Amino acid sequence: MSATLNPIKTYTREQMAARAAMDIPDGWFANLGIGLPTLVSDYVPAEREVIFQSENGILGVGPKPAPADVNPWVINAGKAYVTLLPGASIMNSAESFAMIRGGHLDLAVLGGYEVSQTGDLANWSTGDNEQAPAVGGAMDLGAGAKQVWVLMEHVTKSGQPRLVDTCSYPLTTIGSVTRVYTNIAVVEITPRGFLLLDTAPGVSFEDVQARTGAKLHR
Amino acid sequence: MINRFVPDLAAALAGVSDGASIMLGGFGQVGQPVALLEALADMGLRDLTIIANNAGAAFGGMTRLLETGAVGKVVCSYPRSSDSTLFQELYAKGRIKLELTPQGTLVERMRAAGAGIPAFFTPTAAGTLLGAGKETREINGRLCVLEEALFADYALLEAWEADRWGNLSYKLSGRNFNPVMAAAAKITIAQCRHKVELGGIDPDDVITPGIYVDRVVHVPEGETAV
Repeated sequence: MSATLNPIKTYTREQMAARAAMDIPDGWFANLGIGLPTLVSDYVPAEREVIFQSENGILGVGPKPAPADVNPWVINAGKAYVTLLPGASIMNSAESFAMIRGGHLDLAVLGGYEVSQTGDLANWSTGDNEQAPAVGGAMDLGAGAKQVWVLMEHVTKSGQPRLVDTCSYPLTTIGSVTRVYTNIAVVEITPRGFLLLDTAPGVSFEDVQARTGAKLHR
Repeated sequence: MINRFVPDLAAALAGVSDGASIMLGGFGQVGQPVALLEALADMGLRDLTIIANNAGAAFGGMTRLLETGAVGKVVCSYPRSSDSTLFQELYAKGRIKLELTPQGTLVERMRAAGAGIPAFFTPTAAGTLLGAGKETREINGRLCVLEEALFADYALLEAWEADRWGNLSYKLSGRNFNPVMAAAAKITIAQCRHKVELGGIDPDDVITPGIYVDRVVHVPEGETAV
């Protein structure tokens, strides 16, 4: 469908992460999913204190270490070496997920395949039965964090909308996504459905609606 | 006198037999009982059920265990790895069964087992394929699924320090699933980097009290995680 649409300039992955980071308030506790969401921590404004949790049992994750400073005992949920901020704490996996499921995290930022207008998220399986499925902590984070933001491209590689009426891929959580940050827009999930909060520079409401699989409100 | 220390890996794994269910501590490469896992792979066992967060990365002996055909089933949350496709190949050929469980539910099922809670309701996975077929209930307006406690015959752990009572400490993100598995298995076996006297671990720093631990083997692999 994209071939028939007005060409628009989209955010890069880094710009998407920066756009989401701009909206995280000072003092929030957040978990960042593996992949694109991990970039968000690089763009939190320096004057804001945002504490990152990693579900393998760290609260207070710091930036990636320089190669000489790697501590082999400190990895994040993506199995990458990270650092611990002064004030960080270590917990076992059960407590880490109690923290997540118990609603103590202000925010989870997750990747996605599809988000429905009622806030359902599909991000763990494409329904391909050849590959062994993997879910990690996505369902727990989706069900447990106070806010669930999804960071994903607005449309698929073939131009199909990822913001949809009803998800076609297997669900991760029902009704828990609160906001979607894409490469063209910021969309809030409201009782009325998708509400456009912001667009990338030069992108119009109509451009976003034309790439969205359900009614967009403003 | 209580002495949980055993002389070697063979003594630590004595009695593990075909068909056993075995929990493996670790998240990624950190906190994995690598020496125990490699010794287990050498035992020529069949039909094991392995319960762990990950399955089949190239590190830590799991690949060898899979290669020898010892594993019939894996219970885990994330059986993918950037450095190994062995699990995927076995799965595609129908040679291994997978019980995929959300990570938080997986570890809470273990916690419940160790804490005498037969089952619990959780909103995680409600309304999804991983909740399908499970008993559901709406609690305070939220759909929840019933998840049962997850026990094992054995738990294999990696600790940082251990004393002869089996008290254990861990190192940073090496803690992960280890203390939870310690309480969920009938026989809990830990390898430790440092063997200390009673009192050598400050009571404030004992993460796993020795009551949960049956055997400890000292494997001084140095200070690195892998």
